[in-house]
Amino acid sequence: MTVPLADVGFAEATWVLIVKSIVIFAVIFTIVPLLTLVERKLLGRFQARYGPNRVGPFGLLQPLADALKLISKEYYTPQNAVPVLWALGPMIVIFSAVAALAILPFGNVKDGVGFYGIDVSIGILYFFAFGSIAFYGLLIGGWASGSKYSFLGAMRSAAQLISYEVSMGLALLGVIMMAGTLSLTGVVEAQDEVWYVVPQIVGFVVFMVAGFAEANRTPFDLPEADAELVAGYQTEYGGMRYGTFALTEYLEMFLISGIAVTFFLGGWHGPGPGWLDPIWVLVKLLALVFFFMWIRATVPRLRYDQLMSLGWKVMLPLATLNVLVTAVLVTVL
Amino acid sequence: MEARANTENADWSAFPYLASADVISVQRGPEPGGPGGAYRAFGETLRGLKTTFARIVEGPVTIQYPEEKTPVYPRFRGRHKLHRFDDTGLEKCVGCSLCAAACPADCIRVVAAENDPADRKSAGERYAEVYEINLSRCIFCGYCEVACPFDAITMGHDYEMSDYNRSDLIFTKEMLLAEPIDKTPLRREGE
Repeated sequence: MTVPLADVGFAEATWVLIVKSIVIFAVIFTIVPLLTLVERKLLGRFQARYGPNRVGPFGLLQPLADALKLISKEYYTPQNAVPVLWALGPMIVIFSAVAALAILPFGNVKDGVGFYGIDVSIGILYFFAFGSIAFYGLLIGGWASGSKYSFLGAMRSAAQLISYEVSMGLALLGVIMMAGTLSLTGVVEAQDEVWYVVPQIVGFVVFMVAGFAEANRTPFDLPEADAELVAGYQTEYGGMRYGTFALTEYLEMFLISGIAVTFFLGGWHGPGPGWLDPIWVLVKLLALVFFFMWIRATVPRLRYDQLMSLGWKVMLPLATLNVLVTAVLVTVL
Repeated sequence: MEARANTENADWSAFPYLASADVISVQRGPEPGGPGGAYRAFGETLRGLKTTFARIVEGPVTIQYPEEKTPVYPRFRGRHKLHRFDDTGLEKCVGCSLCAAACPADCIRVVAAENDPADRKSAGERYAEVYEINLSRCIFCGYCEVACPFDAITMGHDYEMSDYNRSDLIFTKEMLLAEPIDKTPLRREGE
């Protein structure tokens, strides 16, 4: 059987892949809107208030109400916008985020079915490829809006991508060298004895900082800095197009937490029987998501030059040094 | 570094008025940047994380307004109340119009009438046939309460008086005499 995307470690029947993609899609798209509620609730608690608690019990129906509101809004296109590209922006963003979800491993192969979308041998490169495509969505959307705020936001997101994608890749390179594989399941299996957060603590810190930048979360939410740029690249968007951008932000956060869990926190490894594996991944992942929200409630946004100097003068040298030291140690030991 | 004034070694001859004992040298924090700066920034970030997490442990301080109400102090001046005698049930107001005279916002209207001995309304010779307070004008100063010789009008504790119509904000005597349905919670002593 020939399979696309190079040489795949473990091939499954087509119907299994279809069922898996539907299940992953359903589960993640239940979790992500809930994350928006959790974030608002948590931000409230961090500020000694309740957060949304009016729609349904404990405000649980708030995401549904938000979605209904956004969907029922008019699809408005500004006069200066380039309509086709304007509509394309959010599509690219959500497409790339959802596509990257496919490689998140939630468990090992059981009864001939892997607990992940696909196990491509290029593994993490797939994630980086789609992560970079997501920024095209922001850029196109921001530029096609025909508004100066959107344009500035798009420019900032481009600069941020260049500054942080490099250190993010280098941070993961250390783990890849230790594991000797690009495959995400392979990396998790290599963490059988010790999680890579211990030997690769520098890589973990650099990856998390770069992850904050990649997901446009505070303190690196400069592309949408609401105090200066109104809302950055999404200023002119409304309705579900805006909703798509908002959803993607949470999806991206979920994704980066998932990659961090896979590469540094041992993936599905944890005490208990084998069927607990997906639960372990989710628990670790949501702990990281909590950390993302905690940081948002605490740290103010960086200035633009601070963002750049942190990216180039601190993160990149740190990540490079980490890679060098790991390379030497891996060859010597 | 040039911008920072070193008050100890500075030459004060050009500024004799500044060289007095009143001048206090300002204690500044360390320069930002460098490894020390990174270390401090990290420590301060951890302190910030601790601060925000402590708010979760502490719990919300919000008062869920329509369900919960902020308790008011006993001296709080809310919506007016007219009173009756507890034993006889007669109105305390005798229609003297002193409250209307004292009112700086001119929002009280009193029309007095003679009491019918067979069907007494108030304890005095006369009673208030019409007693209206226009709450859209009232400034809740409490002068009416002070002016009243019989303690017939007092300021209550209710503060929920919004309405859709200005004319609905003119409270008549019956409305002012009636006990309010929703009691506003009172603050306890020392709260």
